[in-house]
Amino acid sequence: MKEMVCIVCPNGCAMSVEQNGDAITVTGNKCKRGEEFAIKEMTCPVRTICSTVKTNSSAFPVLPVRVSADIPKDKIFAVMKEINSVTVSAPVKRGDAVIKNVLGSGVDIIATDSLPDNN
Amino acid sequence: MNNYNVIVIGGGPAGLAAAIQAKKDCASVLLIERENRLGGILKQCIHDGFGLVRFEEKLSGPEYAGRFIDEFNSLGIESLTLSFVTKIEKKTDGFAIHIVNRGGTAVYTCSAIVLATGCRERTAKQVFIHGTRPSGVFTAGTAQHYINLMGEIPAKKCVILGSGDIGLIMARRLTLEGCEVLGVYEAKPTPSGLTRNIHQCLNDYGIPLYLSHTVTRVFGDERLEAVEISQVDEKMRPIDGTRKTVECDALILSVGLIPENELAETLGVQMDSGTKGPLCDQNLMTNVDGVFSCGNALHVNDLVDYVSESGETAGAAAAAYIKTGRKTVRFERGSGIMSLVPQMLNLEKGIDNVTVYFRSDEVANNRSLKISVDGEEKFRKKYAFLRPPEMERLVVDFSAFNLKPGSRIVFETEAAK
Repeated sequence: MKEMVCIVCPNGCAMSVEQNGDAITVTGNKCKRGEEFAIKEMTCPVRTICSTVKTNSSAFPVLPVRVSADIPKDKIFAVMKEINSVTVSAPVKRGDAVIKNVLGSGVDIIATDSLPDNN
Repeated sequence: MNNYNVIVIGGGPAGLAAAIQAKKDCASVLLIERENRLGGILKQCIHDGFGLVRFEEKLSGPEYAGRFIDEFNSLGIESLTLSFVTKIEKKTDGFAIHIVNRGGTAVYTCSAIVLATGCRERTAKQVFIHGTRPSGVFTAGTAQHYINLMGEIPAKKCVILGSGDIGLIMARRLTLEGCEVLGVYEAKPTPSGLTRNIHQCLNDYGIPLYLSHTVTRVFGDERLEAVEISQVDEKMRPIDGTRKTVECDALILSVGLIPENELAETLGVQMDSGTKGPLCDQNLMTNVDGVFSCGNALHVNDLVDYVSESGETAGAAAAAYIKTGRKTVRFERGSGIMSLVPQMLNLEKGIDNVTVYFRSDEVANNRSLKISVDGEEKFRKKYAFLRPPEMERLVVDFSAFNLKPGSRIVFETEAAK
């Protein structure tokens, strides 16, 4: 039996997770997403990473980015290293991939804001 | 022409939503923003989790703001950026708003104002800490500005005081960027931030949270060198013999947010002791006719989705505003209610579909929210748990309550039956 808190939404449901062989039972969750989160947490925990990348713009020295889909929790710092190794040039549009298929994970690093071409 | 139906002050999520709604309701609208672009604090809130209620997606702050900015631009709403409001004058038929910007000074007039000026962080000066005044003591929002907008990491080894959400988010952000976060210290016995943030920002990275602990002294001449930590009792007084010194080069404060209402106060807008924001009716009009308030200027929200919602309520009401008399009844905060919005009802407007936000003043399980009129229970809703950091939202139909001017309407919580 494992106690955990769901981080999917601000409700933050306190859940109990019971593993019996392959069968995982989740209680305490208000919705289906809680169960999905708990099972994932027991098998392959994943997280969203948000950060910034360097730019060549003086007005906007950094541009915010995030992963296009959750990545394994144990890859967080490896992905951060990749994010911190690139410099983007204006213009960049919100949603553009800044790094494609980061570390072969199938996940892109996408811009979450636009970098205007005006300098 | 410098005359508009509605002028919105502030271009963050509340102001954007208010301007968009007022424009959709056919008002002429001008939005005034002091920074160089729209989006407000969301520009630097690069973490995800915004828009879960509204869009059912986990967006980052800039993405959430971007959706509103795109809509704002597509509606052709006028805005002034890098423009600062210096004074608002009440006129017989509306308001005159004085601004200063690179073009000099100017005056714009309107019938209704929406104040969407957001909130400000409590600073080191507002929490009592002994010692020197070295550099390296700043708020979590300042750290966020340095890292996420300027690309500068302002610390190598830091201590965070206060467990507000921005502090928790910054603990994770600083860790990701290679800074060592020694711990988060909270004077209260319970965390101030959302439970999920304790887990995904602290526990995930092994950052310790010390409850009932506070910073009692700072050391350092030019730059912060260490802080003194003490355990505190239930009245938040330091306990003798619990002092320890922690070496660090930054002390980051996340000790609360206060609605920003300097302009509102110059207009004679009354403030509420619970929210620290203006008293409002269900249309988010303050006690001053034609002055509306929304977002974090009205009360500090934990979800931007509700900031946008209140912007839309204020924007719609401002667009429809015609000066008429009001017949209002006040809400009373009974036991268990820390804050309540709105604080009054205008009986001359629709009261059948009123959105109410409240915060509990304690952590408690199995509670009921009870609304009574002149001592008679009219409404009850059960909650599995109530926590001060988590604002509750509900919609109440007051039309069945048989309200009259002078009715005594009390909101309180009690153990669920």
